Amino acid sequence: MTDTHKAAAAAIPEQASSSPEPLLKVTGLTKHFPITKGVLRRQVGAVKAVDGLDFEVYPGETLGVVGESGCGKSTMGRLLMRLLEPTGGKIEFQGTDVTHLGVAGMRPLRRDVQMIFQDPYGSLNPRHTVGTIVSAPFKLQGVTPEGGLKAEVQRLLSLVGLNPEHYNRYPHEFSGGQRQRIGIARALALKPKLVIADEPVSALDVSIQAQVVNLLDDLQDELGLTYVIIAHDLSVIRHVSDRIAVMYLGKIVELTDRNSLYTSPMHPYTNALMSAVPVPDPRRRGVKTGRILLKGDVPSPIKPPSGCRFHTRCWKATQICTTQEPPLLALKTGHQVACHHPENAPDQAPGDPALPEGVQEAAAAAAAVPDEDA
Amino acid sequence: MTDMTKTGAVNEPVAAADPGTAFLDVRDLKVHFPTEDGLVKSVDGLSFTLEKGKTLGIVGESGSGKSVTSLGIMGLHRVGQYGRQRAQISGEIWLNGKELLSADEDEVRRLRGRDVAMIFQDPLSAMHPYFTIGKQIAEAYRVHHKVDKKAARARAVELLDRVGIPEPHKRVDNYPHEFSGGMRQRAMIAMALVNNPELLIADEPTTALDVTVQAQILDLIRDLQKEFGSAVIMITHDLGVVAEMADDLLVMYGGRCVERGSAEKVFYEPRHPYTWGLLGSMPRIDREQTERLIPVKGSPPSLINIPSGCAFNPRCPYADVPKDNVTRTVRPELVAEEGTRHWSACHMSQEERTRIWTEEIAPKL
Repeated sequence: MTDTHKAAAAAIPEQASSSPEPLLKVTGLTKHFPITKGVLRRQVGAVKAVDGLDFEVYPGETLGVVGESGCGKSTMGRLLMRLLEPTGGKIEFQGTDVTHLGVAGMRPLRRDVQMIFQDPYGSLNPRHTVGTIVSAPFKLQGVTPEGGLKAEVQRLLSLVGLNPEHYNRYPHEFSGGQRQRIGIARALALKPKLVIADEPVSALDVSIQAQVVNLLDDLQDELGLTYVIIAHDLSVIRHVSDRIAVMYLGKIVELTDRNSLYTSPMHPYTNALMSAVPVPDPRRRGVKTGRILLKGDVPSPIKPPSGCRFHTRCWKATQICTTQEPPLLALKTGHQVACHHPENAPDQAPGDPALPEGVQEAAAAAAAVPDEDA
Repeated sequence: MTDMTKTGAVNEPVAAADPGTAFLDVRDLKVHFPTEDGLVKSVDGLSFTLEKGKTLGIVGESGSGKSVTSLGIMGLHRVGQYGRQRAQISGEIWLNGKELLSADEDEVRRLRGRDVAMIFQDPLSAMHPYFTIGKQIAEAYRVHHKVDKKAARARAVELLDRVGIPEPHKRVDNYPHEFSGGMRQRAMIAMALVNNPELLIADEPTTALDVTVQAQILDLIRDLQKEFGSAVIMITHDLGVVAEMADDLLVMYGGRCVERGSAEKVFYEPRHPYTWGLLGSMPRIDREQTERLIPVKGSPPSLINIPSGCAFNPRCPYADVPKDNVTRTVRPELVAEEGTRHWSACHMSQEERTRIWTEEIAPKL
């Protein structure tokens, strides 16, 4: 679907390009979860959670991935970690294809790619002490750190702002924010190059959230980490990311650096998403101009709408949007967008006839129905 | 004026007889839970007033007592069904000239759902999975109105239509699991509004929802409030939501109010270090990235051992600022700024805090 993009990427030999070699390169990544029916578990359909992603992550940067629930952002994180087997596409880490490596093949890579999970309660074994939890990566990898295991674990604990003497405590003795720090200490144990964080702060209170955001920031400076941060909170994403990918129904609809995304978004969905965020400023309340209220819910990923997936809710949709899927194109340097009628950029399909009245509503209703059964 | 009774209500029993003029007048509300580990002081002396047609936003972190306050007003902490005393409640809650805490159970039951209704955070667990949406809304209506099933069902359809559920005639027979998250929340709002309540308490009504759906729901609550003229208490941890919705703001910390005033005042001239902390730790979508967030150090206090003196004292960056003739073990009272309806509870002098805010905090936000 993103033929142009693929062609462009293929034309440039990887090392010869002027930009640095990407740490992570994803092409056409797909994950379809089968839906089976009957005793024979015949496949009758698929949840197209992730449906063709192309992006690159460069060393030292933070890529933010944002979208509503069900857009496939967490599935994407799990695919990058190879916790899920991709249905199609390719994941390259430092130039090596890791898409279909087995458990043993992945093991050396696990040192370089680590994950921070959303739920600080569910992701720590309640029967293990903090010391055991944070030293697990060393044991699994058969690494003996310099100065001994205990000293290293205590160093990690103090690195993330925990008291190293709490080595022998259990997770339930810590607050949510402290637990999240334990998860971060564990992820950093093997000095990874890439850290994938799935909603790292969304379970935390505002004041604690700020502590963890700052911690992630400091660790990136100190250890030269590369982050892929997945979150639904556009304010957090704006604060932490260098580049941002906006996802809708399993696809990236816009990918650009932070400033151009927030100052001149091109995709109507991005625009609607950002205008929906309540601004903590009571003086802006009267100024309701610019707020775009999207109608209805996100359609089901089992039967995504034809053409552009956003056309059922888009106020700019025309005929072409219902039939032809817009490719993710760079319309400005470093600003990729998948839309026929982008904002802040020249129209890609000018003069296309508008949709007849009512078609959109009908399409939206049709798309919404299977969701209720899911 | 009624708000100055904050201290008055404690000392003067006379105040108890005065029904007050405000539509909702909560005075020195205390909700304590006896547990094996000690007394959990979830709400420890909270006072506020609310007029009809206005929205009060209550903000605070988890465990600050926001939800316990709302359940207290709904009378859901009262003596349980089996006569077990679960919570120790004291203070006064005046609604429309009626005191609720001393009222008997039957009277409260008549009010609950009719005059005061609540929207909960998680509609899936707040609704019964075994009954259709329509039945549940109709039940809420029939409890307070002598109508037959048919009329109640018609009312349910009408309400579902009003909250923007497509094809309400069909949807009324759906079960909660057949609705999407946003639609479930709409259905719950329909259930809360079925009796045209005068006071609507929304406890984190949009926390579980996506931003685009959140915008729809907030819009709906705003429209309905205009239409029905209800008073709304909006409980949330999201400062963005209160900035959009609330006329007045109450900031809670450790079971107490630390700052209260119009939304404008609290956002632009906050006078409590905790409020500064909240504003500083919030990433902003409407501004360029500032250097760093300014988090509040440490974590919220245990409600069993609330720090002596000001509850915020262990986390306060200004705890060491010298204060005139104040002992640190004394709790600061809510004091109104000269000639304004803006209260804050801090030992530092008004001038000192104004100076810190304008010189040190505001430029960094």
